[in-house]
Amino acid sequence: MPNTSIMTFNILSILPVLILAGFGMMVLVVDVLSSRKMGEKNFLAYLSLIGVVIAAFLSKNFTGTTLFSFYGAYTIDNYSLFFQFVFLLCAGLTILISKNYVQRENINYGEYYTLILFSTIGMILMASGADLLNIFIGLEIMSISIYILVGMKRTRLTSNEASLKYFLLGAFSTGFLLYGIALVYGATGTISLRQIAVFIAGKGGVLDPLLLAGMGLIIVGIGFKIASAPFHAWVPDVYEGAPTAITAFMAVGPKAAGFAAFLRIFFIAFGQVHQDWEKIIWILAVLTMTTGNIIALIQTNIKRMLAYSSIAHAGYLLIALVAANNMSVSAILFYLLAYLFMNIGAFAIVIVISQKEDSFLKISDFSGLAYKHPRLAIAMTLFLLSMAGIPPTAGFVGKFYIFSSAIKSGYVLLAIIGVINSVIAVFYYLRVTVAMYMRGPEREFQPLTLSPFIFVAIIISIIGTIQLGIFPAKVLEIAQRSILLLR
Amino acid sequence: MLNLVALILLFPLIGSAMNGLFGRRLRKESIGYIACGAIGLSFFISVLVFIGLLLLPPEERIFEKHLFSWIQSGSFNAAVGFQVDPLSSLMILIVTGVGFLIHIYSMGYMHDDKGYHRYFSYLNLFTFSMLLLVLSNNFLLMFVGWEAVGLCSYLLIGFWFEKKSASDAAKKAFVVNRVGDFGFALGIMLIFLTFHSIDFTEVFNAASHGEFAIGNITITLITLLLFMGAAGKSAQIPLYTWLPDAMEGPTPVSALIHAATMVTAGVYMIARCNVLYMLSPFTMTVVASIGATTALFAASIGLMQNDIKRVLAYSTISQLGYMFLACGVGAFTAGIFHLMTHAFFKALLFLGSGSVIHALSGEQDMRKMGGLKNHIPITYKTFLIGTVAIAGIPPFAGFFSKDEILLEAFVRGNVIYWSIGAFAAFLTAFYMFRLLFMTFHGESRVDPHVKEHLHESPRNMTIPLIILAGLSIIGGFWGLPGASALNHFLSPVFGGHGHNEMHGVEAGAHHGIGLPSLMMVVSTLIAIGGIWLAYQMYVKKQELPKKLAERFALPYRILYNKYYVDEIYDAIFVNPVKKISVQLWKKVDAMMIDGSVNGVARFVTGTSNIFRFLQTGYVRNYAFYIVVGCIFILILTTWLNK
Amino acid sequence: MITLTHYLVLSAILFSIGVVGVLIRRNAIVIFMCIELMLNAVNLSFVAFAHYLHSMEGQMFVFFSMTVAAAEATVGLAIIIAIFRNKETVNVDDMNIMKW
Repeated sequence: MPNTSIMTFNILSILPVLILAGFGMMVLVVDVLSSRKMGEKNFLAYLSLIGVVIAAFLSKNFTGTTLFSFYGAYTIDNYSLFFQFVFLLCAGLTILISKNYVQRENINYGEYYTLILFSTIGMILMASGADLLNIFIGLEIMSISIYILVGMKRTRLTSNEASLKYFLLGAFSTGFLLYGIALVYGATGTISLRQIAVFIAGKGGVLDPLLLAGMGLIIVGIGFKIASAPFHAWVPDVYEGAPTAITAFMAVGPKAAGFAAFLRIFFIAFGQVHQDWEKIIWILAVLTMTTGNIIALIQTNIKRMLAYSSIAHAGYLLIALVAANNMSVSAILFYLLAYLFMNIGAFAIVIVISQKEDSFLKISDFSGLAYKHPRLAIAMTLFLLSMAGIPPTAGFVGKFYIFSSAIKSGYVLLAIIGVINSVIAVFYYLRVTVAMYMRGPEREFQPLTLSPFIFVAIIISIIGTIQLGIFPAKVLEIAQRSILLLR
Repeated sequence: MLNLVALILLFPLIGSAMNGLFGRRLRKESIGYIACGAIGLSFFISVLVFIGLLLLPPEERIFEKHLFSWIQSGSFNAAVGFQVDPLSSLMILIVTGVGFLIHIYSMGYMHDDKGYHRYFSYLNLFTFSMLLLVLSNNFLLMFVGWEAVGLCSYLLIGFWFEKKSASDAAKKAFVVNRVGDFGFALGIMLIFLTFHSIDFTEVFNAASHGEFAIGNITITLITLLLFMGAAGKSAQIPLYTWLPDAMEGPTPVSALIHAATMVTAGVYMIARCNVLYMLSPFTMTVVASIGATTALFAASIGLMQNDIKRVLAYSTISQLGYMFLACGVGAFTAGIFHLMTHAFFKALLFLGSGSVIHALSGEQDMRKMGGLKNHIPITYKTFLIGTVAIAGIPPFAGFFSKDEILLEAFVRGNVIYWSIGAFAAFLTAFYMFRLLFMTFHGESRVDPHVKEHLHESPRNMTIPLIILAGLSIIGGFWGLPGASALNHFLSPVFGGHGHNEMHGVEAGAHHGIGLPSLMMVVSTLIAIGGIWLAYQMYVKKQELPKKLAERFALPYRILYNKYYVDEIYDAIFVNPVKKISVQLWKKVDAMMIDGSVNGVARFVTGTSNIFRFLQTGYVRNYAFYIVVGCIFILILTTWLNK
Repeated sequence: MITLTHYLVLSAILFSIGVVGVLIRRNAIVIFMCIELMLNAVNLSFVAFAHYLHSMEGQMFVFFSMTVAAAEATVGLAIIIAIFRNKETVNVDDMNIMKW
């Protein structure tokens, strides 16, 4: 039953968050108390997985509810619940692909799982935040946790370097975001997104320079998190250096969270002044897609290539942001879910193929995979085809809806640039496929050690990718229902 | 029971996936059992669905199973849904039934092939696609199945892709089919523009409710475009050239895909769209004329071929021509009837020829056969039944269906159609018995070395032959003139117009009661005439063919070289294109390749190479980009807001 | 009389100093200090706005941003220490394994 209660301090509304926090701390404590050796602490993964599942069930209970708790600072609506689902799924899949990976890489610390749970909390706050403070805190909880996760492999220089780069640039961009929030606050006298909208409506939709500058700086700050050009430069380096499971996590989670906040801020607070920001985002979208796709063409490291591809995907998503109609919101939601499956699936296979100390990550190391491990090769091909947007995969439907939403709002040129970009993208995705199928092996493949955990993760990703590609209607319907209260 | 329809498709898909993914690890027996089991189950369900349909009263015999809506964008709505009606239920029985037998046969035939699992994976996938094609309830899904069977056909023709001729043939089939598919796709678009729907029920309802006058130009265009697709897939003039080459594939594939099922998709499609076709007399004339011409044309080529499979291939084209002739004169029931009997006896003939080839260790040239009837008795007997059936001797299956087509061509069409058809029937009887005599009778011309290994095929090959032979004998009774069960059964699909019983009465009134009987006698005589001639030439006076060939050197050469159609196509289409492309390559490409294709690639990778150096790895630079971007955005915000 | 504009200009100047510092310094710790300077410049703006607007939200925001800055400092220093252990340097120009 729809249930609307306004302006209460409703602690139950953040129950999933509390559960995640509780389990996160429990994992830490249990890790310290246990006398087992680091490599044998399987229970850490189990415990955190249980936490995620419980949180998911709790948040499912809210379906259909609209709730403003903490005096309007925290919102529960279908929109935020959709994102909660995406984040929890992302966290769950990451834990699944992590379990054996962290044991192989000797980083099976309790903090690892705790931080994944904590950063998930941050993402949920970002998607549910109804004021800028909440969004800012969520963003910081998410980012700080991930700074550490990136540097988790303390003994490896690449991991150190990635962590430092991410941290310095992340904190730097936080400065811009914070400044932007301050200016918006100064111009409007409020940090609540709805109040800002009311203020702008009161001014007849004309923004003073202070507010405009604030808006621009917020674009910078969030643009950094979603890896939009020209704030994308950290992405390839950090993705390459981070532990692979974390790369998978941060390619999806923070990007989705960034878009969740982006949509809320720009559709609710700045929804009436669309003409003031659409051109900026237009340029950023084109820049982001093109940069990502073009540089990806000549990459030799698979993680780096996927990093550039993730930049390109952010560009496609920005297209829908520019279009700013109801269809584009559901398109973004759908695309993020599709992206979750194909991206985590691809990284899971990268984890399976790579060896200790993250070796064998070159694209040439995939040569001949089809002859040694044909099923892995097929799965990888599926994920790559989906990223390239070839039917009948999730990526195709996602792109189809994004481009249609752009055309619906009259951004035909933007849609055309998007299509051209997806054509370019096919080249580098196919390069991996060609290597897998048409070249002989260039190295000895180890016998496959597919643990049940990662196997389940790959299967879920495959099912998700195909399901969304062939039966998109159901999910689209949910996505369409998730936008009603946004504007 | 009708709700089970989705399962019919599911089993072959699972079988294909299992063999495709895990086949490498499985033992050969398991692969075969999986593939055959999948089709067997599918056949079983098809029978259940068929019975379920029969239990309904005739006017309610249409069942739509909507699975989910697939693409929805504005007014365009494509669903994944299946339609079970008399027509499609008959088709699924043929596809799964004949397919099942051919799968079993393949277990023996392909036993020593190293691509065993690949073969069965493709074959199952083909069955799935074909079932998708016949069961779909809208044009788009049908097109998906249409393309998918084309893909499987391509994969299976080129199954032995190490052989250049096989991969060339696969390519040819693919390209020629593309021409037809192009028309089909255009037709679907036009249908959507005209009817605002691609759902069969909606389109046909709209068409049959008199919104469109007979001879409506749009409908004519649509039907012509659809026929273009049908002509490509069903190998009609002028797009038939790929089918003889398709014989490069394994013989069971030729039996299943290039004789019994896939090539009949065009006939099925036209029968499915009968409502549209009836609105366009012009298209009907085109269909009938092309069908009749093809029937005669292909039969005449079949006279002089020496490759056993090629004779059968031309015979297939010719028989497909009959089916189109039937559709073209509006006798859809007769077309579908012939489709069914043809599936039986042509699958039988192909499998029989496969058995012969198997026995002779791969020899396909009939000049190196002869006298085999005692060595491979089962194959001989079944092959004889198939030959008699196709030649049109009562009471075998082919007689009834072919006779019905000729009757309809005469009654609804004109004497020209009939005489072409009758002459083609004469030729058919002749060349089929020529094939039989050259292969099984007379003196053995078999290579002595091969002769040592001469053996009857294993049981899993002969049993399908026997079953198909049985079907070829009794298959015709279902459509027996007068008490035609098939007519009754199919009448909900073809409404009044495809209904030949009513017509038969009408015909009786016009031409006298004796016309059908007279026709039967004439057909039989024609067939016997053909057989007699073949007997004279290839058994009694074996020097006669040679003499005739010398005497009529020119016609002989023309027929032997298949009217030089391949050469003409090469000269008109292929070579000019090649020549132009060579010129393009020399002039344009050599200059432009640097400037365009390569140029673009080089430009893109070049820019890629430049842009990548922006990625210096220095935190300072990255921070600098952020600042630049920030300043840029700030300038833009104020500038845009002026 | 010191007006809101004075505070904002000062805040902007401090922020810019921080930005320039990040761009030109090599030492990771100094860069981090410059980032802190940026954050505190923003805090100044917040407080000034809050005072001017008679609204508590800005003051509240400053508390949170200080907390966040503290958390960032902890994590940042830990990362810098980890890198120093491996590499014996905190010069960001030496962190250049991954590029292109």
